[in-house]
Amino acid sequence: MNHSNHVVSTAITAESIADSSVVAPEAVAQYALGLGDDALVLAHRLGEWIANAPELEEDVALGNIGLDLLGHARSLLTYAGTAWGQSEDDLAYFRGEPEFRSRQLFEQPGGDFAATIARQLIASVYFAELYRALSLSTDPTLAAIAAKAVKEVDYHVDHSVQWLRRLGLGTDLSHERMQRGLDLMWPFVGELFQPDPFATDLDGIAVDPERLRLAFDSLVPRLIVDAGLTVPTMAAAQGGGRIGRHSEALGPMLAEMQVLARAHPGATW
Amino acid sequence: MAAPAKTTVDDASSEGTADQRREFDRLIEADMRVEPRDWMPEAYRKTLIRQISQHAHSEIIGMQPEGNWITRAPSLKRKAILMAKVQDEAGHGLYLYSAAQTLGIDRETMFEQLITGAAKYSSIFNYTTPTWADMGSIGWLVDGAAICNQVPLCRASYGPYGRAMTRICKEESFHQRQGFEILLELMRGTDAQKAMAQESVNRWYAPALMMFGPPDEDSPNSQRSMAWKIKRFSNDDLRQRFVDMLVPQAEVLGITLPDPDLKWNEERGHYDFGPLNWDEFYEVLSGRGQANAVRVARRKQAHENGAWVREASRVYADREAAERETTQRMAS
Ligand SMILES: [Fe+2]
Ligand SMILES: [Fe+2]
Repeated sequence: MNHSNHVVSTAITAESIADSSVVAPEAVAQYALGLGDDALVLAHRLGEWIANAPELEEDVALGNIGLDLLGHARSLLTYAGTAWGQSEDDLAYFRGEPEFRSRQLFEQPGGDFAATIARQLIASVYFAELYRALSLSTDPTLAAIAAKAVKEVDYHVDHSVQWLRRLGLGTDLSHERMQRGLDLMWPFVGELFQPDPFATDLDGIAVDPERLRLAFDSLVPRLIVDAGLTVPTMAAAQGGGRIGRHSEALGPMLAEMQVLARAHPGATW
Repeated sequence: MAAPAKTTVDDASSEGTADQRREFDRLIEADMRVEPRDWMPEAYRKTLIRQISQHAHSEIIGMQPEGNWITRAPSLKRKAILMAKVQDEAGHGLYLYSAAQTLGIDRETMFEQLITGAAKYSSIFNYTTPTWADMGSIGWLVDGAAICNQVPLCRASYGPYGRAMTRICKEESFHQRQGFEILLELMRGTDAQKAMAQESVNRWYAPALMMFGPPDEDSPNSQRSMAWKIKRFSNDDLRQRFVDMLVPQAEVLGITLPDPDLKWNEERGHYDFGPLNWDEFYEVLSGRGQANAVRVARRKQAHENGAWVREASRVYADREAAERETTQRMAS
């Protein structure tokens, strides 16, 4: 393991990781790959909103959030790839659906704006807790990526909470749609806190997702109630994203995302 | 929003008083900025509203041909750059709508004019983007032409417009460089990539040259805009400047510009270039481009799909404001 070249936390990017001589240990790479996939899949979904948002300010805001997440994905995938001599693009564009490890919440289609806000609220609170814990990781690269991400994700939480309130307390129609959005996304909450099969032997390095559940449960239901909405009660879906089990939404998404890169294998862009 | 061209004198006609007219002429003459509080001739105000809102619409419609490739960008780096670029264009639209609002028109009205087809936008965005190389061509040629057009606008006589343009131009020059890089990467790549780049430049080159508008002799409005210092160079001057800038860059790329008449003219100190097909330009302008209907329909759909969100936002903000007021009244 060689961390001598790792960069300072505020400046860490996919490029700086690729340019350094850092090599992720195999187990750490396996863990980082799942985290990178989560961020990549959600970033891609947010990219679908650009030019389609309800107002220009939201084209900008959702674009910003998507760009932040894409930055996290690029750093995590680049770091994971150092273990196998693969680039972020090898991992993003040349793995098939069963090899993707993203949890199922992130691949859910954006639906209407309320569904997107519901997905984003759940995701942002989860990411905020995850990165806060991961910034204390004994793996310096993971810690640096997380420390940078946590500041950005705090803003994402604010953005979602403001919209949750506007839609929940706005008009009858927006209230109904916000509730429907929450109901649609809620079955995918449970999976976020299931044990990560790639985190088990990484004491002090990885974050055990079960540890994050308490913080989520003490915050999100209260936010939902404060916005005049009802905390959904539907059962958790089975999950399995980390072991390559996905909902029907991921396949078409990857087909689109990967189509050009796969038409020109070996090309650089 | 109230019209800011306040007329405080008895003569409330749009012609203004002799003093007002003299003061306006003095500002223009002295190359000073006209600000929203200043009196301005009605025709000047209308010209600016038309130009700034058209420009804003172009930024917004321009998000579509590039937005087309965000989900298929071939590398994560390019995906990030493209997302940031399209997002910048939304920001440009926002600055420009704000500048137009200072002239007494609201955003909703301008949006309405766009989606009903009453207002124009740059017809370059009615061309389609069938290949990834089009992301390079748009950046290099379309943003490139936009910069040539827009750098002089940073000194436009109307203050809010000039200031918006200063911010915008900084970002547009990034866009042009990124477009150039996309093409450079393709031209250094496989045969298929090179062919993709050349084919795309073949499609975008002439339309980009036409972005400067019709030849000077066919462009009556631009004379007046130049006198008012809204516009500083003629269409043909700007077009020449653009061609002179492109040729050496095309050489670096190893791309052929699709014009057999393109050659250096020692005497003029400029490149000569062949005639442009203005019939096609007017075809596209009058609605028979590849994507005119689709672009406007798509904007309309996004606007309509978002109506319930904007309404909720408004109701929520009003209620919050009312509650704040009640709390304050009870406290005092
Ligand atoms: Fe722009
Ligand atoms: Fe641009």
